Amino acid sequence: MASGVKQGSGMKQGGGMRQGGGMRHIVRGGRVVDPSQGIDARLDLLIEDGRVARLAEHLDSIPGVEETDASGLVVTPGLIDIHVHLREPGFEYKETVESGLRSAAAGGFTAVACMANTQPVNDHRAITELILNQARLHPYARVYPIGAVSKGLAGQELAEIGDMVKAGVVAISDDGLPVMNAALMRRALLYAQHYEVPVIQHAEDLDLTGDGVMHEGEWSTRLGLPGIPGVAEDVMVARDLLLSADTAGRYHVAHLSTGRSLAMVREAKRRGVAATCEVSPHHLLLTDQEVATSGFSTAMKMKPPLRDRSDVEALIAGLQDGTVDAIASDHAPHHPDEKDVQFSVAPFGILGLETTVSLCLDRLVGGGILELSRLVHLLSTGPASVLGLPGGSLAPGEVADITLLDLEREVTVNADAFGSMSRNTPFDGWQLRGAAVGTLLDGQPVLDG
Amino acid sequence: MSEPAIPEVTWTRKDLVGIADLSVEEIELILDTADSFQEVSQRSIKKVPTLRGKTVLNLFFEPSTRTRSSFELAEKRLSADALNFSGSGSALSKGESLIDTARNLEAMAPDLVIIRHQHPGVPHMLAQRLESGVINAGDGAHEHPTQALLDAFTIRQHKGRLAGLAVTIVGDIEHSRVVRSNIHLLVKMGAQVTVAGPRTMMPAAVEKLGVRVSYDLDEALTDADVVMMLRVQLERHGQSLFPSTREYFQLFGLTQARLAQAKDDAIVMHPGPMNRGVEISSAVADGKTSVILEQVANGVAVRMAVLYLLSLAQQGDG
Repeated sequence: MASGVKQGSGMKQGGGMRQGGGMRHIVRGGRVVDPSQGIDARLDLLIEDGRVARLAEHLDSIPGVEETDASGLVVTPGLIDIHVHLREPGFEYKETVESGLRSAAAGGFTAVACMANTQPVNDHRAITELILNQARLHPYARVYPIGAVSKGLAGQELAEIGDMVKAGVVAISDDGLPVMNAALMRRALLYAQHYEVPVIQHAEDLDLTGDGVMHEGEWSTRLGLPGIPGVAEDVMVARDLLLSADTAGRYHVAHLSTGRSLAMVREAKRRGVAATCEVSPHHLLLTDQEVATSGFSTAMKMKPPLRDRSDVEALIAGLQDGTVDAIASDHAPHHPDEKDVQFSVAPFGILGLETTVSLCLDRLVGGGILELSRLVHLLSTGPASVLGLPGGSLAPGEVADITLLDLEREVTVNADAFGSMSRNTPFDGWQLRGAAVGTLLDGQPVLDG
Repeated sequence: MSEPAIPEVTWTRKDLVGIADLSVEEIELILDTADSFQEVSQRSIKKVPTLRGKTVLNLFFEPSTRTRSSFELAEKRLSADALNFSGSGSALSKGESLIDTARNLEAMAPDLVIIRHQHPGVPHMLAQRLESGVINAGDGAHEHPTQALLDAFTIRQHKGRLAGLAVTIVGDIEHSRVVRSNIHLLVKMGAQVTVAGPRTMMPAAVEKLGVRVSYDLDEALTDADVVMMLRVQLERHGQSLFPSTREYFQLFGLTQARLAQAKDDAIVMHPGPMNRGVEISSAVADGKTSVILEQVANGVAVRMAVLYLLSLAQQGDG
C-alpha cells in the first residue's frame, strides 16, 4: 500500500496541518504498539515528508536528521478523541480552539473531533471554516469538526450537510441534544450517505429524562434528586438501530452508558447493521454512588449520568469483546462559576482530554482489564475507523501522527495545571501510573515532553 | 426562668443536614433533650435564656408556614435573636448565586442558619462553606430531619419505643423528603417500615433503604402500629402522575374502614398540610387515633433541642 493512504476526500486532513515537506525524523528505541498492523516490538521509525517511511529493528542515524529518543517509551499511532467540545465560537470563556488543542496535546491526543453545539451552531460552512481557521493558527493537534444534523440544533430541518462536508466536517450530530424526531433521524441517515459521513446520536429520550439530573436508581432515591432512567438511552438506541438497519445509514452512538444499549449494539453489529459506539472513561470508572460520596459534587454531573455497577461491568465487557469501537472523552468544559452552584442547576459535563490516557493506562491496562494494544486500538485505530480519518496506524505511507506513552510515570491529576481553560473534573487529585509524554504531528514534535 | 433539666450530652456535630449520617445515640440524645424542652412549652412563661445573644438566620427559599413558624417559635422560646430571609424578594430571586448569598451570610456571622431550599444538597453546600451551624429544614425531595425527629418523638410518646414497631408510610414516596428522613430514622432505630403508594410515585430501588414496598393499601396497613400519610400532589412540572384525585382516594385514601386493618391502638400521622378527601378522610384526620396536632406541638420542642445541641457544639470555637 505504497500510496494507499486511506483518505476518502482531500478534505480529511483536519485543521492544524503543518508543512512536513522534505523533512525527515527518526523516532528511536521505543516499543512500537500499532494494533492496525499487529505490531508490539522495539523498533525504530523513520518519517519522511510527514509520513511513516520505515519501521526497522535498527535504523542508522542520518547526518542532519533530528531524532526523538523514545527509549523506555511506548510509540503508538497518534491518539484521536472523536468527542470533544471546543466551545468556540460563542463560549470562549469556557474553552477556545487554542486552549482545547493545548489540552489535547498535553493529554497525548494528535486529533480531536469537535461537536457542533457552539454559538452560532456549526450548522453551516462559515462556522466550519472558522473552526478550521482557528485550528490552523494553533497546530497542537488536528481538528475534525462535526456538523449539526439540524439547523440550530432545533431538531426540525436538516442543516446543509453536503456543504459542510465539503468544508471539512467528518460526521453530523446534534450532540448535547438528541435527534428526538424519528422522521428527521431517518432523513439524516439517508441523506448523510450521499456524503459518506456517519450520524452520531446523543441517545436520550428527553421525555423520559424529564427534569432528571443523575442516574435513576438507589442513589437518586437516597439523595432525592430526579433520576434519568437508563431506559431513556435504551429506547433511543433501539429506535435508531431500527432506522439504521432500514436505511443502511451509518450510525454511531455517542457516550454509550448502559448495559442494555451495549447489548443492542452488539446484536445489531452481528446482524450487519452499520452501527458503532464509543464509551467515555468516566462511565467506566465511576458509578452513580459518587454523587453521594462526593457530597453532591457537580463534577459528578454529566449526560449521560454516571450509571450503576452493572452498567459499568457491561461496558467493560464491551471493551473486551470488541463491541465498543472507541474510547472518547466527551470533553465538556464549563466555567467554575457555572459549576459552583447547587447540583440540580449546574450544567452537565466534565473535562476529559487531559485525564483519559492516564486513567485508561492505570485503571484499564494497569487494572488488568485491557491489553495495552487493545487500549491503543480504542484510542487510535478504532476512532479513526469510526469517522474514516487518516491516522490510527503507523504503516508505511500513513500520516506520521504519533503519541509517546510512559507506562511507568506516576502522575497526580492537577486541574489547576490543565491546558484547558476549565477545571471541571471529578478526577482532581487522583494518583495514576502511566501518562502520555509527547506527541508528533506530521512527524514533528508538538510540545516539549 | 430556670434552665430545663437537660441530659448529659456529647454532641459534636456543627450541622444537622440529614438523618442519614446520624448515629442511634445522636438520635436518642436529640429525642431525650426534646423531652426536657417540652416541659418549657408547658410553663406559663414559655421562655428560657439558653440561646440569649445567639443569632439565628431563618433562610427559607421555598414557601413554608408550619416548619418556619415552628423554628421561629423554638428560637424565641430559647431567647435567640432571629432574622428571617425568604426566597421571594431576596438576593437569590435577583439572580445572585447561592455561593455569593452564602458568603454574604457568612459576613453577618450568624451562629445558626436554618435553610429550606427546593434543591437537594443545598444545606450540605452551606454547611461546607459556613462556619455557622446549619440546620436542614427541608431540601427538595432529599431530607427533612427535624420532621422525622418530631415524628419519632411523637411515636415514642404514644408507644414508648421505636424498635419493633410496624410503621406504614403511604403516598407519594418519590417526591417526599419526609419519607426519606423517616425511613433513615426508623430503620436505624429498629422499626419495620413499609412504604405504600402508586407505582408512578415509587422511587427506584427504594427497598435498598431497608423498607418493604407495597402497592396495596389494605395489605400495607395490616397490623400497623403507626400509619403515616403523606401529602399528595397529583401533578408535578406539568406531568400527571395519577389520573384524578377521585381515583387516588379510591386506591390509597385512608378511611376508617381501611384503618381497621391496622392494630387497634394504631396512631395516624400526617406531616401536613393535609388534602382532606384526597389522601385522608376527615373522619380519620379528626378521629381519636389521629396525633396530627400533637406532631405540630412536638415540633417546637424537638427544634429547641436541635438548636440547643448545635449551639453547644459551637462553644469553644470562639
